[in-house]
Amino acid sequence: MASTTPKSLFLKGLVDSLPFLLVASPFGLLFGVLSAEAGLNVLEALAFSLAVFAGAAQFTALQLLQENTPLLIVLTSALAVNLRMGMYSASLTPYLGAAPMWQRAIAAYLTVDQSYALSIVKFEDEPEMSLPQRMAYFFGTTSVIAPSWMAATVVGAWVGAQIPASWGLDFVLPLAFLAMIGPMLRTPAHMVACFVAIVASLPATLMPHNLGLIVAGLAGMMAGAQTELWLEQAAARSKAKQETAP
Amino acid sequence: MSTFDQTSLWIVIIGMAVGSFALRFAFIGFMGGRQMPDWLMRHLRYTAVAILPALVTPLVVWPSPTGGETSLPHLAVAALTFAVGYLTRNVLWALLSGVSGFLLLFLLG
Repeated sequence: MASTTPKSLFLKGLVDSLPFLLVASPFGLLFGVLSAEAGLNVLEALAFSLAVFAGAAQFTALQLLQENTPLLIVLTSALAVNLRMGMYSASLTPYLGAAPMWQRAIAAYLTVDQSYALSIVKFEDEPEMSLPQRMAYFFGTTSVIAPSWMAATVVGAWVGAQIPASWGLDFVLPLAFLAMIGPMLRTPAHMVACFVAIVASLPATLMPHNLGLIVAGLAGMMAGAQTELWLEQAAARSKAKQETAP
Repeated sequence: MSTFDQTSLWIVIIGMAVGSFALRFAFIGFMGGRQMPDWLMRHLRYTAVAILPALVTPLVVWPSPTGGETSLPHLAVAALTFAVGYLTRNVLWALLSGVSGFLLLFLLG
């Protein structure tokens, strides 16, 4: 561990992030294609990826825009999908919060699923890392993914413009979401949240302006949080029982 | 296909850029080491896993390529995509199965 300069940690982060490229690029490509189908030109699609840099939220906004949803609901729903970024930011703060403001601002922009997942594991495993070492690793994890996301969007938007609308590509969007949901279901509480949201979402479509999405989402969140609480209490009870047993 | 205007698009892009950055910056920039209340964190943990299914379900049950008519092949491809994602825990495999299924629908339909 003697030669862990910030530079070598940057490279380490870069290498660790390479497998994620296989996921980020196809989704960037798909976002480009679907935005072209929705009528965006290459520049608009790139501006979208560049300004927002959050796949799931971008797909959400694109879908809702096409359904003529009021802008306030488009923004609320897309940002709700992005709320987890706030959690990532909160959980990285103990490790990166003392860095200079400009570095924190750049780190905030670059906080995505991949950079968070890689960095938090690294920081927890190696508590002796210094602040510059941590920042270097964090920036390394996004150094290839961020430009690839943008490049894939441009290629996708360019390709998508050549694809006729009759191909019915809009159905690929729900498929892309479904592909993301499966791996997210790690606990029984996740499954309850997902199930309740699914069940609630169908009658909720009767509500005007796509408001039902937010209602069904909130129902799922409350169900998930409540399940987590119950499971914790049940676990605590059975533990207490074991400890008092002779 | 395009039913929204340029102004709406740019309002959404700029609104999301500001909003997403604010979400990401709020804690690392201002919160320091302060803790969020437990009940809030507990709900936030389930946002993505609730909002995304709520968005997807109507799109799958009433798919746009059929004009909103419920269709067994579309449901099957959706179920396959979800199942592969859940079983392999791998987004890429799930997406690949979904796209293959879609191509099949396209070629058969």
